[in-house]
Order: sequence, then C-alpha cells, then structure tokens
Amino acid sequence: MLQIGNNEFSSRLLLGTGKYPDFDIQKEAVDVSATEILTFSVRRMNIFEASQPNFLEKLNVSKYTLLPNTAGAKTAKEAVRIAKLAKASGLCDMVKVEVIGCQKTLLPDPVETLKASEELLKEGFTVLPYTSDDVLLARRLEELGCHAIMPGASPIGSGQGIINPLNLSFIIEQTSVPVIVDAGIGTPSDAAIAMEMGAAGVLLNTAVSGAKDPVKMANAMRLAIEAGRLGFEAGRISKKRYATASSPGEGVSIS
Amino acid sequence: MELTVNGNQIQVPNTVKTVAGLLQHFKLHHKVVIVERNAEILEQAKHTETLIFDKDKIELVHFVGGG
Repeated sequence: MLQIGNNEFSSRLLLGTGKYPDFDIQKEAVDVSATEILTFSVRRMNIFEASQPNFLEKLNVSKYTLLPNTAGAKTAKEAVRIAKLAKASGLCDMVKVEVIGCQKTLLPDPVETLKASEELLKEGFTVLPYTSDDVLLARRLEELGCHAIMPGASPIGSGQGIINPLNLSFIIEQTSVPVIVDAGIGTPSDAAIAMEMGAAGVLLNTAVSGAKDPVKMANAMRLAIEAGRLGFEAGRISKKRYATASSPGEGVSIS
Repeated sequence: MELTVNGNQIQVPNTVKTVAGLLQHFKLHHKVVIVERNAEILEQAKHTETLIFDKDKIELVHFVGGG
C-alpha cells in the first residue's frame, strides 16, 4: 500500500489530466491505468462560455483522490493562494506544490517551493512538493513535514527519463515518507526503473496523454509500475563482473 | 452594478445580490466553481450568504486538466 498522509492507495500510479486528445480517450486511459489519484490545475473559468464541458463531469470524481497542483505559480504566495482555492472546492485536501522558476526548463524554484510547502503544512494541507533531484532540498522538505517528496526524473514533459539516477537513489535512500517520481518519464521502462530503485510511486501525464495510443500507454505504465515494484520488493541480484552458470557444472553427459 | 469578474468589467442586474445569485446569472451554479471575492476565498457553503456590491472584484476558478 502507498500511504500519503492519512490516505492509503493500492495503485502506485498518479495520473495527470492534461493534454489528452479528448475527454473520452482521457476517461478510458484513466480507467485502464487503475490510478486512484488524479492531478489537475486551477484556472479562471471562461464565464462567457459556461456550457463548456469540464473533465470532472466525465469522471466519477468520488472514485478518485484529487491532487490539485499549483502550476502557474512563480512564488510561494501564489502557490499558497492556488492551493487554498482548490481546497475551497471541498473536494480535496492534498496539494502538489509546483512553483516553476524557469519557463524554458520548467524547473522548480527551490526557495519558493520550500516556503510554500512550509506555509501549506501550517494550514493543514497534505503537502506533496514537486522538486528537482536535489538531495539536500529533498531532505529539507521532509524535515518540514511534507507528506511525500516528488523529485523530477527530468524536465516536465521532456520524456527524457531518469537523468540523474544517482541523486534519485540518494533521495530514495534517505527519505522516510513516500518518494514519488514526478515529471520527465517517457516510457514504461523509465517508470519501471524508478520503481525498481525503490520509488513509492510515479506521477505521469504527457507520457500517457501524448502517446500515439494513450489508452494502451496507460495500461503499459500500470503494468510497468507494478512490475517495477514487484522487482524492488523481490530484491535484485548483485551485479558481478564475470558469468555465474545457472546450470550445474557436475554430471555433464559428455565424455 | 459593475463588477470585475476574472479581470473583465461586467454589468450585472441589481437583482443579483449574492455570490450564489451571480453564479446563477452566469449559469454556473451546477458546476464546481471556486469563488474569491475581493481577495477572500469563499468556501462553497458561503456562496448563498455572501453579498456582492458594486465594484467588487470577483474571481471564478475551476479545475482543468494538468499534471
């Protein structure tokens, strides 16, 4: 089970809801992924087109734990406001703190992320900060009391996979709360590797929504994350420099 | 009455008295809408009792897809 704050989940896949070709494909991908946690953003409504459908109307929202992000925030203050707006819906108390410091790389601003997380913890939120793969920042966030740490594998939407496995392994090793690898995953094998390394979960969006067949990719990711987790729990063999025979050396029937 | 709603200056009839009335005016009352009035975020339960006045700044936000 994945435990985040007071919530328990049997799925270790957290799925984003951005940029699907249409709501029907999105719904099917969400179903197939077996995710229990959906992320989304908070934005102004278009008051002149009130009839526009919203993705929440397509999904049975009560089946999911909603994880709003604070995307769009450039400062801690903005992030705190967005989190409070989301909470005022009465639909969620978890928040993904996302304070972007650079529009080109979409890397998080570490100082503002830390400040926003501290403030939101004081306000009683269940706080999951999206952070870089900085090991000491991850430690500081955990020390604040964050309920999970979410280091990026590589820049958001880049699909580059885990570009700093060493740092990620340090973060996983030192952290007692769940480490959820968030952003940059491109393929099922990326997700499986994160899980084999001991990540508690993976948060994906573009890898699924941008795939040629998002529904099939959602299924592939579900299987990869389950396989990676099983592999981690099973415990891999150590790497050796030379071969070790699997078949017995004795009793070979060759004279 | 003139309001600033999501950055737009908008005239609404004076029959609109409350936040809930405003949402009805925009036909948004069946949707998940989060309201901020003059920089104060309102819980859903406060929509009916919160009065609105001329020159109020209202933000109406909702959930959209995101990662």
